[in-house]
Amino acid sequence: MTETAEAEAVIAAVERVADRIEAEKSHLTDLDSAIGDADHGANLHRGFQAAAEKVRDLEDPDAQEVVKTVGVTLVSEVGGAAGPLYGGSIMSASSEFAEGVTAATTVAFAEAYLEKLQDRGDARVGDKTMVDAVTPAVHTYKKSIEQDDLPPVAALAKAVDAARRGVEFTVPLRASKGRASYLGWRSVGHQDPGATSTLMILEELLAAAEERFDAEPDVDAVSPTVPDETPDGEGN
Amino acid sequence: MVSLLVVSHSADAARGIRDIAGEMGGADAEIVAVGGDPDGGIGTSVPAIQEALSGMDGDEVVVLVDLGSAVMNAEMAVETADKEVVIADAPVLEGTLNAAVEAANPKASLESVRESAEEARDVSKL
Repeated sequence: MTETAEAEAVIAAVERVADRIEAEKSHLTDLDSAIGDADHGANLHRGFQAAAEKVRDLEDPDAQEVVKTVGVTLVSEVGGAAGPLYGGSIMSASSEFAEGVTAATTVAFAEAYLEKLQDRGDARVGDKTMVDAVTPAVHTYKKSIEQDDLPPVAALAKAVDAARRGVEFTVPLRASKGRASYLGWRSVGHQDPGATSTLMILEELLAAAEERFDAEPDVDAVSPTVPDETPDGEGN
Repeated sequence: MVSLLVVSHSADAARGIRDIAGEMGGADAEIVAVGGDPDGGIGTSVPAIQEALSGMDGDEVVVLVDLGSAVMNAEMAVETADKEVVIADAPVLEGTLNAAVEAANPKASLESVRESAEEARDVSKL
């Protein structure tokens, strides 16, 4: 793809995400009112609307600039923890697209995003946060590309499936990070809003990629919900 | 001169804490309050914290924060600040009071003000 076509594809994906978050605004806020401060839907909606607008207004951008602009805008507009977590991680990982969007650079982006997210939020798998969706998605995506040699769209479909199971995995957990951690046991039985919005965004990225490459999703039920190893590498 | 920035989810709470600290011995310290999300609701905002930091007279600032996302948003703002800024790991009200008393001391340093704030973690009320 040329630089312009790539940037256009990324902008189209951002617009898709913004539309999805708009449609799910009250769903996310309902989830957040159970274990948080009931502003996740409104905050993300404000952020992604602004991001979609900003990237549409860019003059002759490349993919990296589009992605970075999304991050910067989310940091400024979202407020709450989702601003620095989503926006800061996107901003920081956007440099992986300096040479354009390829299978390899998307893996690098995903890994850089996860690393920054864990660093900023100091959360690990099992803390009942967006990390529970991002971690299996990133590990599955990387494995599907690098080990199983799947095309990126098929790898992304597997990653979305892994994220979906990660979201379900948050329901029985007791939160140990974020506002929900103040609720202690009362957080058990509720689905994490940040993990849920992460899944929604990944679903839209997949839909955008399928549309772009006119591919059919190819998912079977083998992607892991959690990585094979604990993040500190001690195994399980 | 070491200055203090109070960051709370509520602009009212931040101002209230600033006012209390100003009365309780920190009258000579520069204390700035910032709070609220980009819509003015409950939350914190990176640009608002950045703006507060850059508008302060002091070139060394200790930041006092309330809960989770205030910490993250303050961290992001600190990363782009063009002055020396540290975040104190302290309860926001008691920490600000302690820090304000120390900041009014002419011999105060960035570290001594931060330490004073953090000493408030161990204060028992009963």
